[in-house]
Amino acid sequence: MTWVNVIVQGVLLGGLYALYATGLSLVFGVMRMVNLAHGDLSILAAFICLLVVGVVDVNPLLALVVVVPLVFLVGYLLQRFLLNFTLKGDDMRPLLATFGLSVIIQNGLLQGFSADSRGLDAGRIENASLALGDKVAFGWFPLLILVVSVLVIVLLNAFLTRTQLGRAFRATSDDQGAARLMGIDNKHIYALAMGIALAIVALAGVLMGIRTTFTPGIGPARLVYAFEAVIMGGLGSSWGTLVGGIMLGVAQTVGFQLSPGWGIFVGHLVFVTVLAIRPSGLFAKTVS
Amino acid sequence: MTTILEIEGLRKSFGGVLVTDDLSVSLQKGEALGVVGPNGAGKTTMLNLIGGAVRPDAGRVLFEGQDITHLARHERCRRGLGRTYQVPRPFVGMTAFENVLVGATHGRGKSERASYQTAVDALERADLLHHANTVAGSLTLLDRKRLELARALATEPRVLLLDEIAGGLTEAEVNELIETIRALRSEGMSIIWIEHIVHALLAVVDRLMAIDFGKLLIEGDPHEVICSPEVEYCYMGTERV
Repeated sequence: MTWVNVIVQGVLLGGLYALYATGLSLVFGVMRMVNLAHGDLSILAAFICLLVVGVVDVNPLLALVVVVPLVFLVGYLLQRFLLNFTLKGDDMRPLLATFGLSVIIQNGLLQGFSADSRGLDAGRIENASLALGDKVAFGWFPLLILVVSVLVIVLLNAFLTRTQLGRAFRATSDDQGAARLMGIDNKHIYALAMGIALAIVALAGVLMGIRTTFTPGIGPARLVYAFEAVIMGGLGSSWGTLVGGIMLGVAQTVGFQLSPGWGIFVGHLVFVTVLAIRPSGLFAKTVS
Repeated sequence: MTTILEIEGLRKSFGGVLVTDDLSVSLQKGEALGVVGPNGAGKTTMLNLIGGAVRPDAGRVLFEGQDITHLARHERCRRGLGRTYQVPRPFVGMTAFENVLVGATHGRGKSERASYQTAVDALERADLLHHANTVAGSLTLLDRKRLELARALATEPRVLLLDEIAGGLTEAEVNELIETIRALRSEGMSIIWIEHIVHALLAVVDRLMAIDFGKLLIEGDPHEVICSPEVEYCYMGTERV
């Protein structure tokens, strides 16, 4: 039964990774751009949430109502007035720009908040759990995270397939030149995509801030998990991303169960194995 | 007759190569203008300059009397300029209907409901309605060309720029396409059509221009232009008598 519990915990952790990965995947899907500051932006969102909670003294889950739109706006402006300019020319430019952004965010946060570990306190829900027998227990909060990530993926899929704006996203992703010919302002679409991606990652950052502690320097590690989930699932497949996230979560918790030092390692090991067997991921949709 | 599109003294060079050299042309409302010229003559660049994919070094583009030289591509589309690519560039992951819908909603700013009818009409005019639900990536070349046309039509252009839409098709397919374009023509659409397949052009256009090295060689009655010594020289290299 211990192992059942391990798998369950892994699946729940995977929900969080999938949420991180969904934002990364959207940005890559629409503008073929890798955002190296993705993890740092999630930490920035967690710190913004900390500030909001400090000022108005509400539950961090309620503070999401402010944090998510705010980070959406940050994403929109960031893409529109900075990152769009890096998309012309070679692929190194957005990488360098977002790498620089990552350094700036980390150091800015260190300056403002010191290197101490912080946490967001959501009250009783954090520890509440549902016991199934002696050895298996669902934490309500991790379960909530998984439900939220499934919901985000469902909504994002519906948005992309059923709305005008979603079609513009897909058209721009397929061929931005032809999309512009159809009256689509690609700069606006890119900025919206970044806004939505960061809104999702803000959600992930805050939920993770409630689940565990965070420091200004932890962003890049989150980025790596998001990457692994996206690549394992296959680029362009949002359900694949969920599966990738869950595989990573399960691999890590199984690793931790084997030995406390092995969790992250086993996660990477599974990732490398998938990459070796199916380089394009398990559910890849995009044609190279 | 009123002028709908006018280019004035357009000049463009890529690196050291002058691809458009002081080119001036005007298109009347409802007119179909054909463009011929050898490979590398600057025909596609001319369309790119009109459509906004390339910005000129000098000169102006006037659409319905207004200077659009500095407008972005999507804004030109919304004003009423439609174009097709020489090599079709459909949104491969979407159905033909969705492809066309994008043009109707974003190019024309129509509501979802209104754009359904526009999309159906555009597919019908381009003779592709039977493939409405086929994913664009699996269409044949002729159908991809038709999709290019349908997508452009869905943006309800007043001027249509066609870039070698008949190129690469079989003779029978070319004839089918001629009928489609002739029908558009009779609806009063203003058209600039670049084409190597001369008989297709001659079947449709009112006026023909020949360009080479980015310069206008000759323009006028299609049959006279095609038989002119200038055109003969630039295609065949025959000595002028």
